[in-house]
Amino acid sequence: MMDFRWDILAEYAPFFLKGTLLTIGLSIASIIIGTVLGLLIGLGKMMRNKLLALPFSIYITFFRGTPLLVQILLIHFAVVPLFTGGTNAIAAAIVTLSLNAAAYISEIFRAGIQSIDRGQMEAARSLGMTHAQSMWNIILPQAFKRMIPPLGNEFIVLIKESSLAALIAAPELMYWGRAMQGQYFRVWEPYITAAVIYLVLTLSLSFLLSRLERRLATE
Amino acid sequence: MIEVRNLKKSFGSNEVLKDINVTVKPQEVVVVIGPSGSGKSTFLRCLNMLETITGGHVCIEGVDLTDKQTDINKVRTEVGMVFQQFNLFPHKKVIENIMLAPMKVRNVPAEKARAKGLELLRKVGLEDKAEAYPDSLSGGQKQRVAIARALAMEPKIMLFDEPTSALDPEMVGEVLEVMKQLAKEGMTMVVVTHEMGFAKEVGDRVIFMDGGLIVEENVPIELFEHPKEERTKAFLSKVL
Repeated sequence: MMDFRWDILAEYAPFFLKGTLLTIGLSIASIIIGTVLGLLIGLGKMMRNKLLALPFSIYITFFRGTPLLVQILLIHFAVVPLFTGGTNAIAAAIVTLSLNAAAYISEIFRAGIQSIDRGQMEAARSLGMTHAQSMWNIILPQAFKRMIPPLGNEFIVLIKESSLAALIAAPELMYWGRAMQGQYFRVWEPYITAAVIYLVLTLSLSFLLSRLERRLATE
Repeated sequence: MIEVRNLKKSFGSNEVLKDINVTVKPQEVVVVIGPSGSGKSTFLRCLNMLETITGGHVCIEGVDLTDKQTDINKVRTEVGMVFQQFNLFPHKKVIENIMLAPMKVRNVPAEKARAKGLELLRKVGLEDKAEAYPDSLSGGQKQRVAIARALAMEPKIMLFDEPTSALDPEMVGEVLEVMKQLAKEGMTMVVVTHEMGFAKEVGDRVIFMDGGLIVEENVPIELFEHPKEERTKAFLSKVL
């Protein structure tokens, strides 16, 4: 620790930059896909017909109940090759992170939607709006506001867990950290650097979400 | 025109409405009173199918709600409802609360919906609150906005489910005043309320419900001054 080697850090700086950009890309893609999927799965699980809702419950149970690392390896080495005949680490990382996040986000959606007073749906329906119109215009905007804090947690977890993509050689931030460690047999420089960059990413996201929360305030 | 024939409603094994028969004529104001748990709110909610109907028929302007072919959303545009808890949309401004349904359901252009909304707000005395959010309003103001919101769909019938029960006493008057005005303009109204003064003054007919049945109905003066049934007498002696 005493002889922190800034020179190797400078040498790896462009790689860390590239890795950080990929981490941001993986995270944004997975947040968007995971949120859309999560909404659909959450609505699916809320269907009154228990038989139709069952597949969505099973989905959530599977993705919440198994380790993300196992999911990444399964999807990278087994599922993606099954469809494309080859492997693609970045695609596998996005797919896994999205599917995994969707399971958690669907429960956040469900909790958010169910926390809205029944009277809101009744008022909307009594005005002649369809169920879908009421959901979209009345329930979801209110539910979304309440969902921001738990969604923020989920997005932060997702950014951090994207580091597991290093294990399937997706050249994101942690991948370059490990590469640097492997080349110079130094531990402090690469890992502290990676930690600081992850911290900057998650703090920025928290900041953005709290701004959003304040913008949506109605008082 | 509302026609209710042999209406039954159960929640599981609990039969809340046993056999309701009522006709509400155009421009009539019918006030429904009764102890809590008598089924009066459930009855009202059956009139626009916020509750699914277990048995019997409800016809609104000749359309049978229990008919599977009936487009319930279309019927609901003709039947406005005002709730005890207001149920304003808190994420939308007052004027947006009023504009939303005409725009989404009737495809009214925004400008026209806004003009109509402002006109309705003027009518309920809240034009200056158009750009406010519901959370900044008092209970009485919220309920008046809720009435304006329901009126924006130009309904033929208005249902009021204990519209003043959640209000502080000093705000009850302003809401009743708007309702009286509506009645004067010839709106067909069904009002579930504990405001006996309103029932007497504005009601064309009062229905007393108890135990899921209509126990007695009459013009207000008769029902209040000369109730025939023991249950009506017992109830009135407690509330008057």
